[in-house]
Amino acid sequence: MTDTPSPAQKTQRPTLINEFAPRRSFLARFQRWEWMLVALIIAVIFLNSRLSPFFLNGRNISRTSSDFMEMGMMMLPMVFIIISGNIDLSVASNLGMCASFMGWLFNQGVNIWVAALAALLLGMLGGLMNGLLIARLKIPSLVVTLGTFAFFRGVAYVLLGDQAARGYPAAFKYIGQGMLPGTLVPFSVALFALLALIFGLVLHKTTFGRYLFAIGSNQNSSIYSGVPVERIKIIIFTLSGLMAALAGLILAARFGSTRPDIGTGLELSVITAAVLGGVDINGGIGTMPGAVLSLTLIGLMRFGMGLLNIQGQVQGIAIGMLLILSILLPNIIRQTSGTKALLKRQVFWRVLAVAGIFALFFYFFFWSRAPVLAGG
Amino acid sequence: MTVKTLNAARPKLVLAAARYREVGLAFFILILIAAVSLRSPNFLTAANFQNIFLNISILIIVALAQTMVMITKGIDLSVGSMIGLVAMMVSFMIKIYPNFPIPVAVALGMGLGAVLGVFNGLIIAYGKVPPIIATLGTLSVYRGLVFLYSEGTWINAFEMSRTFKLLSKAAPLGLPNLVIFAIVAAVLVFFFLNHTRTGRDIYAVGSNPDAAQYAGIRKQRIIFTVYVLSGIACGLGGVLWASRFESAQTNTALGFELQTVAASIVGGVSTSGGVGTVPGVLLGALLLGIIQNSLTLVRISPFWQLAAQGLLILIAVVTDHLIQRGMQRRSG
Amino acid sequence: MRHYKLFHVLAALAIVCLLLSACSPAATPEPTQPPAPPPTEAPAATEPPAATEPEPTEAMEATEPAASGGDKTYVLVPKNLGNPYFDTGNTGAQEAAEELGVTVLYQGSATADATEQIQLINSLIAQNVSGLAISANDADALAPVGQDAMNAGIPVVSWDSSIATEGRMLHINQAEADGIAAVQIQMASDLAGGEGQIAILSATSTAPNQNAWIELMEQELEKPENANLELVATVYGDDQDEKSYNEALGLMQTYPDLKVIIAPTTVGIAAAARAVQDENRVGEVMVTGLGTPNQMREYVKSGASPQFALWNPADLGYLAIYALDALANGTITGQPGDTFTAGKLGEYTVLEDTSVLLGPPTVFDENNIDDFDF
Repeated sequence: MTDTPSPAQKTQRPTLINEFAPRRSFLARFQRWEWMLVALIIAVIFLNSRLSPFFLNGRNISRTSSDFMEMGMMMLPMVFIIISGNIDLSVASNLGMCASFMGWLFNQGVNIWVAALAALLLGMLGGLMNGLLIARLKIPSLVVTLGTFAFFRGVAYVLLGDQAARGYPAAFKYIGQGMLPGTLVPFSVALFALLALIFGLVLHKTTFGRYLFAIGSNQNSSIYSGVPVERIKIIIFTLSGLMAALAGLILAARFGSTRPDIGTGLELSVITAAVLGGVDINGGIGTMPGAVLSLTLIGLMRFGMGLLNIQGQVQGIAIGMLLILSILLPNIIRQTSGTKALLKRQVFWRVLAVAGIFALFFYFFFWSRAPVLAGG
Repeated sequence: MTVKTLNAARPKLVLAAARYREVGLAFFILILIAAVSLRSPNFLTAANFQNIFLNISILIIVALAQTMVMITKGIDLSVGSMIGLVAMMVSFMIKIYPNFPIPVAVALGMGLGAVLGVFNGLIIAYGKVPPIIATLGTLSVYRGLVFLYSEGTWINAFEMSRTFKLLSKAAPLGLPNLVIFAIVAAVLVFFFLNHTRTGRDIYAVGSNPDAAQYAGIRKQRIIFTVYVLSGIACGLGGVLWASRFESAQTNTALGFELQTVAASIVGGVSTSGGVGTVPGVLLGALLLGIIQNSLTLVRISPFWQLAAQGLLILIAVVTDHLIQRGMQRRSG
Repeated sequence: MRHYKLFHVLAALAIVCLLLSACSPAATPEPTQPPAPPPTEAPAATEPPAATEPEPTEAMEATEPAASGGDKTYVLVPKNLGNPYFDTGNTGAQEAAEELGVTVLYQGSATADATEQIQLINSLIAQNVSGLAISANDADALAPVGQDAMNAGIPVVSWDSSIATEGRMLHINQAEADGIAAVQIQMASDLAGGEGQIAILSATSTAPNQNAWIELMEQELEKPENANLELVATVYGDDQDEKSYNEALGLMQTYPDLKVIIAPTTVGIAAAARAVQDENRVGEVMVTGLGTPNQMREYVKSGASPQFALWNPADLGYLAIYALDALANGTITGQPGDTFTAGKLGEYTVLEDTSVLLGPPTVFDENNIDDFDF
C-alpha cells in the first residue's frame, strides 16, 4: 500500500522523490485505498438490501447513523494523531470524564450549557496533559495515553460514582437526539459532516496538515527543517481532547443521562475506523475522505449485520477480519507477484501444514460445542 | 546510544542501566509497601500477600509473553480474547467430560492458544501487517469466536469438576498451584531469554531488525515465534483463569490486554523495542497487584480506586521513562 | 497496475460476500424456538387501537401493512447473555410464546452495557418487531430508545430491571422493591445474629434494580431493630465473575470483622460464596442475597451461604410476554387499574406506578434447596 507507485501519480513532477512523498495531494492519493472502500460500501449496500427488507429504509438508517457519530468525531483528530506517528488511547476515557463532569455540574444546579462549556474545557485540559507529556517530556504516546486511559476513567467515577445525571433539558437533548428540521438527518450527523469537512481541509490544504505528514514520515528531519514539532503535537492532542469532550456531550444528550461508564471501549473502534480508512499506523500516510468512508463502511456493516440478528460480538469478527485483510491482501499480492517462481515448493508445504492446523482447530471448535448446545 | 553486540553478553553499561532501573522499581515498591502498611496493618500479612500473588499469577504468565513480543517492537492486544476463547473451549470439555484428565486439559489449552498465536504470527511476520493493527483485528475476531462458539452460554461453577477447580487452588507444595505455574513460567522465560540463542535473537531483532537480518538471524521466524509463545501463554492463562474463577463467560478477560501492557511498561519494557527483562516484568506485575490490593485495604472508596490506579500507573511509567532516558543520555 | 487494482477490489468484494453469507445463518442465540419465520420476514408491528393508546404515535413506517393479529414476534432482551438467571427467564417466556402462538426471540449483548443494548434495540426497531421486553442496564439511558420504539408503534415493557417511566409502557416487577430489600436485611440479620458489620456486593453501579434495592436496604437499616447492624461498604462486581470474586476478597481483607456479605445479584452472590470458601472462612463470613438454586446449592450445603432469596425468573419471563401480548392486542393500554390474564399465573392488575407485580420473594435454605431446578 505504501510504496508501489501508480501511474496515476504522475500528475505531480515525475521525480523519484515524489513517488514516496506523503499523500498530501488529495487527488493523487484518492486513486487506490478510497476506491476500495467505495467498492466495499457498494457491495455491502447491495448484499444487505437483498438480505433484509429493512436495510434501505430512510428512518432506520437515520436512526442507526447517530449510533456512530461520537466515534466519528473522535476519529477526526485521531487521523491527525496517527498520521503524525502517534496514538491516543485515552479518547474514550476523556469522553467519559467530560460527560461525567458536565453531569456532575448539572446535578449541582449549574446551567446545562455552562456545564457543557466547562466539559469542553476539561477535555482540552486532558488533551493538553497528554500533549505536554508526549511533546515536552518525549514519552511515547502509547505509554502516556495508556496511563491517562485509566486515569481519566477513574476521574469520571470520582465525579459521578454510582449517581446518574439525568433530566437534561429538551434543548440540550436535541444535539444528540434531534433531527435537522424537516429532514431525516440527525443533528449529530450534520455536525459531524461539517467537522469532517473542516478537519479534511486542514489536513489536505493547509501547511499545518502538511507538517503532520512530515512529522509522521520523519520526525527528525522535520525538526531540522524548522517544523514546530512540539507545538503541533500539543495542539493535536488538545484537539483530540476537545473532540472527545464534544462527543461526550452528544452521547450524553443521546442517552438523556450520564453515568461514569459512558463510552467505555470506544477507543479501539475509533482506531480501527481510522486505520481501515487508509491511515498508516506508522505515520505519514492517510486521507480524511478515506477515514470518513471507512466510518460509513463500518456503520453500514454493523447496521446490516444487526438487522440479520448477528450478535454484537460476532459482528466484531467481520470488522476485525476486514481490518486485517485490508492490509494483508495487498501485502500478499505484492509479495507473491514478486517472488512467485522462487519459493514455490517450500511455501507449498508450509501453507499446507498451516492450513492443516487451522482445519484441525475448527474441527475441534465445532465438534466440542455440540453436546453442550444440544442441552448438556 | 550504546552499541549492542549481537550474540555476545550484553555490554556492562547496558546491564548496569537495566539493573539500575529494576532497583529503582524495587525501591518504589518497598516504599509503597511501607506506606500502605502504616495506614493499614492488615496489609503486611502472609494471607494478604498470598492473595496478591494469586491475583497477579495469570498476569505474570501473560505479561512475560507480552514482554517478549514488545521486545521485538511489537504488541499483542489480542491476549484477553485468546484467554477468553481458550477458557470457554476448555470449560466446555470439562463440562461434557467431568473426568477429563487435567494434564490433558492444560495441554489442550496450550495447544489451542498456540494455534491462535500461529495466526497472529503469520499475519504479522509473513503478512507484514503491523502488530498493533493485526492484534487489534484478532482481538475482535477471537472475542467474536467466543460468542460464536458458546452462543452466549456460560459455564458455571457447578458444571465444572472438582479436580479442574483444584488445578489452580490445590497447594501440594505449600503454595497454590497457580503461583507455582507463574514461578515456573518466569524461570523458563528468564532462561530462554538470557541463555538461549533464540532468546538473544529476540533482543537483536528488537534493537535493530535490519542489522539482525544482515547478521543472519531469521527475523521473520523470530517474530513468528514470539507470537506463538504469546498464544501458548494465553492458552495456559485461559485454563488457569477458568479454573481459578470457576467460570467461563463471553466477557472473560475482557480488557486484560491493557493490564499486561501496563505491567510490561512499568517493568521497563521499551515501546521502541530491544529492552526488557524478566525481573522487570515481575516487579511491574507486583506493583500493579500491590496498587490494586492496597487501595482496597486503605479503605478508599471504590470510585476513587480507579483514578488512583490510573494516576499511579501514569507516575510509574513517566518516572521510569525519564530515568531510562537519563541513562541513555549519560551513556550515549 | 490496473490489474492489481482491479484484483484488489475484486478480492475485497469476495471477502465481504463470504463473510456476510457465512455469518448470516449462524449466530442467533435461540435455545428453544418453536418453528417460526426468521425475523426479516416478521410482519409489521401491530398498532394498539388509536383511541385508547396513551403514548404518542407517529405515522407508521412499516414496510408491510399491519398484520391482522396473526404471527407476532416479540423480543426478550436480558441485561446480558449467558447469565443463567436470564436464561431461565427466557424458558418461561418461550412457554408463554407456545401458549399464545407467538414467537419470542432472545437477543442481548455480551456485556451488561447500556450502549450495546441501545444499538441492539435500534436494530430491533428497524426490523419492526411486534413488541419488546427489556431488562435495562440503565434506566435513563434506555428511555429515549424506548420512546423511539413506542413512537414506531412497538409496545415496550421492561422486566426485572426497569426503564424510566417515560421509556416503557409497563414494568414487570419481580417483587416489591422494599420487600426484596427487607428480606435481604432480614436474612443478613439472622445470619449475623442481630449485630455486626455487613457489606453489599452489587452488580454494575448503573443497574437500576440493584440501586433501588440498595437504597431501600439502607433505609431498612435505619429501623430500630437493625440498629446493631453496620453497613461498612458497598462495592460493585459489574456482574462479572472475576471482578465480583476479587471485590469479595477485598471486602474480607479490608474488614476482618465482617460478618455478612449481601449480594443482590446472582453473579455476585455465587462469586462471593466461592471467595468465602476459598479463603476458608465458612462460618465466619456469611453470604446472602439473591441467587439461583442451581448455582448456590453447593454453597448452601457447605454453609458459605446458608440462606438466600429469589423469585422464579421463569415466571417473570412468562408474565412479561403475556403482558406484552396484552398490550399488543389492545387488551390493556398500560393504565393503572388495567387487568389481564397471564395464563397459568392467573390475573394481574396494573398498579399505580404502571408496574405489574409478580409476587413475594422465596427464601431458599438447606430445607428446600433441592426442590428447585433453575
